[in-house]
Amino acid sequence: MAKYIIKRLLLSLLILFSVSFIIYVLLRIMPISYVENIFYEQQQGGANLTEEDLQRMLELYGLGDSSVWGVIKGYFTWLGNFLKGDMGKSFKLGIPVEQVIRDKMGISFGISFVSLILEVIIAVPLGIKCATNQYGKFDYTITVLCMIGISFPSFFLGNLLIKWFAVDLGWFEIGGLVSSSLPHDANFITRFFDMCWHLVIPVFVMVVLNIGSLMRYQRTNTLEVLNADYIRTARAKGLSEGKVVYKHVFRNTMIPLITTLSFTLPTLFGGAMITEEIFAIPGIGQTAYQALKIGDIPLAMGYNMFIAVLTVMGTLLADIMYVVVDPRIKLGQ
Amino acid sequence: MEDKKDIKSTEETSPAENNQPVVNSEAADDLHGENLTERVKVLSPGRTVLKRFFRSKLSVAGLAVLLALFIFSFIGPLCSPWRANNGTVKDYSKPTVNGTCLVLEYIGPDGQTYEAFEVIDGVPLPYSTLDGPSWSHWLGTDNEGNDILTRLMYGGQISLTVGFVVVLLETLLGVLLGGLAGYFGKWVDQLIMRIVDILSCIPSLPIMLIFYAVFQSLGIIDISRLYYMMIVITLLGWTGTARLVRGQILSLREQDFMLAAKASGLSTAKKIFKHLLPNVIPQLIVSMTLGLGSVILMEATLGYLNIGAPIETATWGSMINTASNSVYRQYYPNMWLGSGVCITSAILAFNFVGDGLRDAFDPKMKR
Repeated sequence: MAKYIIKRLLLSLLILFSVSFIIYVLLRIMPISYVENIFYEQQQGGANLTEEDLQRMLELYGLGDSSVWGVIKGYFTWLGNFLKGDMGKSFKLGIPVEQVIRDKMGISFGISFVSLILEVIIAVPLGIKCATNQYGKFDYTITVLCMIGISFPSFFLGNLLIKWFAVDLGWFEIGGLVSSSLPHDANFITRFFDMCWHLVIPVFVMVVLNIGSLMRYQRTNTLEVLNADYIRTARAKGLSEGKVVYKHVFRNTMIPLITTLSFTLPTLFGGAMITEEIFAIPGIGQTAYQALKIGDIPLAMGYNMFIAVLTVMGTLLADIMYVVVDPRIKLGQ
Repeated sequence: MEDKKDIKSTEETSPAENNQPVVNSEAADDLHGENLTERVKVLSPGRTVLKRFFRSKLSVAGLAVLLALFIFSFIGPLCSPWRANNGTVKDYSKPTVNGTCLVLEYIGPDGQTYEAFEVIDGVPLPYSTLDGPSWSHWLGTDNEGNDILTRLMYGGQISLTVGFVVVLLETLLGVLLGGLAGYFGKWVDQLIMRIVDILSCIPSLPIMLIFYAVFQSLGIIDISRLYYMMIVITLLGWTGTARLVRGQILSLREQDFMLAAKASGLSTAKKIFKHLLPNVIPQLIVSMTLGLGSVILMEATLGYLNIGAPIETATWGSMINTASNSVYRQYYPNMWLGSGVCITSAILAFNFVGDGLRDAFDPKMKR
């Protein structure tokens, strides 16, 4: 077990190293970088700047040498700082990347976490119910609804709901986190409820989009367990159907469920880029979206590495959880 | 005919010519010596799959929607009066003004009320813009004066074609590399699977945004940007297929029929393409069908974020981009609802068909 985990960790390091190198090279092959864009903008705005100033600015941002050797050197400088816990300052925001991630992660995590809890609470019982009534009317209806949910593009559903519920009916807010009508001296509880009010539609969108796959997964697993021999034994010894389903079947469906939930780690902390962009939620997703689009190298590197580390950790966690919840499985063979 | 029992036979016998069907002995025992020729209809595996597929209402509905979307996109423009004329689908019969107008109402000498428009600022345009739905424009016209319904048809051509091309290329790459990894094992497997690990760890939307910045600085802003993006998607997207093919081949490699193939001295290429790959095809078809939906979603996402096809080029993605403008979202839903419905129904249909195929191919499924 320990040997297996060490092997996996070393492999993860290799993966992270390659991912960061690929992304860094991509960011550096841009002929016109963020710094040059800003420079030309200022020059057009009438600022008296020369090419020497540009070169000095590029040096300052660590982009002075854009030859192959310079890019590789730049990468290792970045890597050295990254290992020391310093991801540099965002070009656009001018604050350290770690701080950006720390500040913006909270709201993204909150939304994702609430959505995930809701998804699990709704999807798991539905999945079990569908499996026990396989091919029944209930199963059919829920399956079709879930498929529709899976197929909706987030931006389409989000904009539809904004139009209907936020503007036409005026029940919820269009976007953002704070109402403009909120008084300055509002206390914490009022502020909190105001924020929740803004987040109703985003959370709803995320639940609708993700619930389908979870429900279907739970349904398949339940069906598999229902066909197992020990369930027949449980029925044969005269247990009630409720006891069979909720004690014997449900517990065994937890194994794959917990494993799958480990894979949601990146989405849980990394934010939902498109949803945050539609609803103007100042979370990490929206911040990264704007930074990536303009080629803000430190923030783009920081965010991508953050996601990559979470992905690697999620996979590893899934493997470990597998062994933890199911003692029959042994890793490393 | 409906209630007769199907028995799968490995023999490729078409039902039309099976006066003397071949049934294996186990199945014959099951039927306790009843008159086989009358009671049993033998179906080839392919036909069993088709029959199972068409028995599911959802799969048939999905297939019908897909057919409808294809006819709409590829044959529809031929029936549209606004068929592309020099690349535009504009209506020049009704000039409008793009700008602010002052509306004056007055009663004319004949006692009728007239409306007059005084142009305060703005440019008169030779075509009608932002028209609501009408008989001549079923979905109205957009801000550039294009007929939205016709644009949807042309958009469908690009979106659907792009989907098919990307999925085909992804599958080819995946089969090739996954097959190599699974068949040869050892360092080939190690190398390819590590590449798969690395690529599947790269977050897709962020990388698209970085590529957007790269293309922007290279000055690629026309429709070719969408094609480059699709190449990126292909290069990142083959990993799933490769994993699937590798896994299948790893388990198939150890089976007896492969030992037989080896014993009869077949070449490596023949072993891979004639004996291993045909066994993976069912899973491949399913993953391709489901993949089509996700590529169409990807194209739409790129369009919505305006990092794929430019707004001037009609694709379903670039048309739903109008929903991100709060004015169009609120007052001109005809501009984006259509493309949203097209995208959603295409993805839904591909999902239904893919699901139906998976169930139909699954030998464990009895229904």
